[in-house]
Amino acid sequence: MISRIEKDHRRFREIVRGRIRENLRRYVSRGDMIAQKGKETVSIPMPQIDIPRFIHGDNKGQGVGQGEGDPGDPVGEEEGEGGAGKAGEGEGDKTVEVEVTLDELAQILGEELGLPNIEPRGSQTLETVKDRYVGLRTTGPESLRHFKATFKRALRRQISMGTYDPRHPIIVPVREDRRYRSWKAEPKPQTNAVIIYMMDVSGSMGDEQKEIVRIESFWIDTWLRSQYKGIESRYIIHDATAREVERDVFFSTRESGGTMISSAYRKCAELIEREFDPSNWNIYAFHFSDGDNWSVDDTAACIRLLREQLIPASNQFGYGQVESPYGSGQFIKDLTAAFGDEQMLVTSEIKTKDDIMDSIREFLKGGR
Amino acid sequence: MATLTKHLADLQAEIEGYATEYGLDFFTTIYELVDYRQMSEIAAYEGFPVRYPHWRFGMEYDRMIKSQTYGLSKIYELVINTDPCYAYLLEGNSLVDQKLVMSHVYGHCDFFKHNRFFSHTDRRMIDGMANHATRVRRHMDRQGIDKVESFIDVCHSLDNLIDPWLPFRKPQQQRREPSVEMPINIGRLSANADSERSYLDDYINPPEFIEQQRKRAEQEREQRRKIPPQPERDLLGFLLLHAPLDPWEADVLGIIREEAYYFLPQRQTKIMNEGWATYWHSKLMTTRALRDDELIDYAEAASGVTAMGPNQLNPYKLGVELYRDIEDRWNKGKFGKQWDECDDRQVRDDWDLRLNLGKSKIFEVRRLYNDVTFIDEFFTLEFCRRNRFFTFVENRRSGRHEIESREFKKIKDTMLQQLTNFGQPFIYVVDANHLNRGELLLAHRHEGVDLRLNYARDTLRNLVRIWRRPVSILTTVEDKPKRIRFDGTEIQITDEPAAWRVP
Repeated sequence: MISRIEKDHRRFREIVRGRIRENLRRYVSRGDMIAQKGKETVSIPMPQIDIPRFIHGDNKGQGVGQGEGDPGDPVGEEEGEGGAGKAGEGEGDKTVEVEVTLDELAQILGEELGLPNIEPRGSQTLETVKDRYVGLRTTGPESLRHFKATFKRALRRQISMGTYDPRHPIIVPVREDRRYRSWKAEPKPQTNAVIIYMMDVSGSMGDEQKEIVRIESFWIDTWLRSQYKGIESRYIIHDATAREVERDVFFSTRESGGTMISSAYRKCAELIEREFDPSNWNIYAFHFSDGDNWSVDDTAACIRLLREQLIPASNQFGYGQVESPYGSGQFIKDLTAAFGDEQMLVTSEIKTKDDIMDSIREFLKGGR
Repeated sequence: MATLTKHLADLQAEIEGYATEYGLDFFTTIYELVDYRQMSEIAAYEGFPVRYPHWRFGMEYDRMIKSQTYGLSKIYELVINTDPCYAYLLEGNSLVDQKLVMSHVYGHCDFFKHNRFFSHTDRRMIDGMANHATRVRRHMDRQGIDKVESFIDVCHSLDNLIDPWLPFRKPQQQRREPSVEMPINIGRLSANADSERSYLDDYINPPEFIEQQRKRAEQEREQRRKIPPQPERDLLGFLLLHAPLDPWEADVLGIIREEAYYFLPQRQTKIMNEGWATYWHSKLMTTRALRDDELIDYAEAASGVTAMGPNQLNPYKLGVELYRDIEDRWNKGKFGKQWDECDDRQVRDDWDLRLNLGKSKIFEVRRLYNDVTFIDEFFTLEFCRRNRFFTFVENRRSGRHEIESREFKKIKDTMLQQLTNFGQPFIYVVDANHLNRGELLLAHRHEGVDLRLNYARDTLRNLVRIWRRPVSILTTVEDKPKRIRFDGTEIQITDEPAAWRVP
């Protein structure tokens, strides 16, 4: 039976979820919800859900305390419940941190944006079964006999039977003493999807632009992770040349070169060719830039790469263009001109943080 | 839940013996052994095994489980005011802790039984709460969960608007005015029936004065016709009588009101109650129950109870120190006219009349006082100095709280202000037919602290949901009299000519 409090608790969680959904746009654009790497949950700061009452205001921050000090000295920081007998009352401004799992978050995002679920490409959803030794049992092949456990059983039996002589500590296990390792089969999801992020780190991409990319990539990650059992992420940065980097480096690098987008696309194509066979992998590529490419020739090279290699290989290729004060923003126009309504290429312009939600929707609404 | 194990049951009998020996008198006390999840559940339900379904309890539970899991806090003791008294012990606590908790619990039980502010509470509230739960569930089955739940939200938002003195007053008769109005008659003084002195009449009964009296009588009659005849503080009771409620809504509102009145004394006597229990656990443990080898563990647990965060007040500590101070003063005869008038520091310090009235005094105090009167009477200059009290204030610039002063009067005033009316603002129902338009008028008796405005607005919205007509409240915002009105669509804040006073 579910206890009563569990029901009340579930009810409360539903309310919390409702609040997150209502304010999702704000949370998304503020980047509050970015999870730490490797963590399954995010904490979301949320104004305390409280019942409004006629209560006193903050009383200009007055209260009574006890202890040493002269007038003007600071009082200990945790004054939250300073007033006599006030514990539990009158606290209202505080925010509570609500923990939400990434799965739940993806679900909320999906509901709010109306995202369709993804039909994985390639028939084989790879799932391998891995055996792991977890315990003991009384039967099994001799090769898996657990000597220590068997010995212990035998010792225990002999002591209780009174046949154990400490001076001649001879232990003879019988059939019933034998213990064997037992195992459990654990299905282990095989990674069969990969996200390749590419970002322009040339001089014209400022911190604000990168923050946008960071937030957006977090949400894309969260959503795609909820759709695939295992997923890999790769990161490529480029200015005039491109290289593959770690996640941390991806978000913190700032270079000052010119911009040759084709370098990143070439790198990406190489990466796919080397490691991710498109017939087995669901490949998602996202490229973020301020759209200020070096030359018309390079843009032509990009279009050729996209058409011949990247788009055929990937489920979807996303191009997000952030606005920077230096960039001309020409690249997105060139792409649209070249590809028209090619379904596999999705472009989106992200002018400010407020556009992130819409951009995410653009990228993910295809359900590919 | 499990009944006590053998050795805990023995322990209970032992401690109960010590408590009785010291003159504590309590209802039969029943202990339940619970694990920390159950403890959190019960604590979320404010000590009761069953409450009506509401997410607020779930939120409390969430908070408690989290702070337990992260080791931020631990619920040591939980006891409820019923007959028999139920108390909960946390499974897995050390034996010393269990002893400490039991000793502490007997202090509470004694307090529940004897403090007069608890004298009107329903001692069979366990059944009461369970019945409330059943009724609310039944309404939910009929009306739908969301509907009932959101109505409960509305009721909660008003549940501090009750009259602490109501349980002590005789129920007022709901008397209507006699249907035939009696003519207003202003008594005239007649110096003498003697008609010869009638020339004095204008002096004895000045016409202006008579006119004034007539006006006042008329006003009073006018006021009597109003609902309520006098400003009233029991808003929940008032709504129950006069608001247009569906039967199920009235039932739910009644339940919330009943529970609010049940919990009221606990909020009025927090310092006293915790202080009393702390006093007794320390007494019972240190003089009787403690074994030598348990001393360190006990000292650690006990210091945790009375520990103070960085410079903040702890009701346990404040309470127990006040009781000890009272005991000491009455033992030495440090009270009365002579004591008050003595201003020789040396004489005061050495004062000892060997009266030994301390014990009977603290028992009397626990019977007759609540937090406000307790602090008002026994928080003395000496006590304040000795325990290094101060007031603090927020420094707007740095956002830090800084010590403001060590002036006795200011400290005591601040403290009393926070305790008066269990820390809640005074709100009155003034008129149920305001402007003859069926609007509800409330008033806030401003005692120096403004209302929290964003909450006040939301509360007004909730009130309109019940009253179904516009609702206004008179209050003072930053020293300016204001009226906040919600008419169902928008909040208006307007200036008022003068601040509202209780007539």
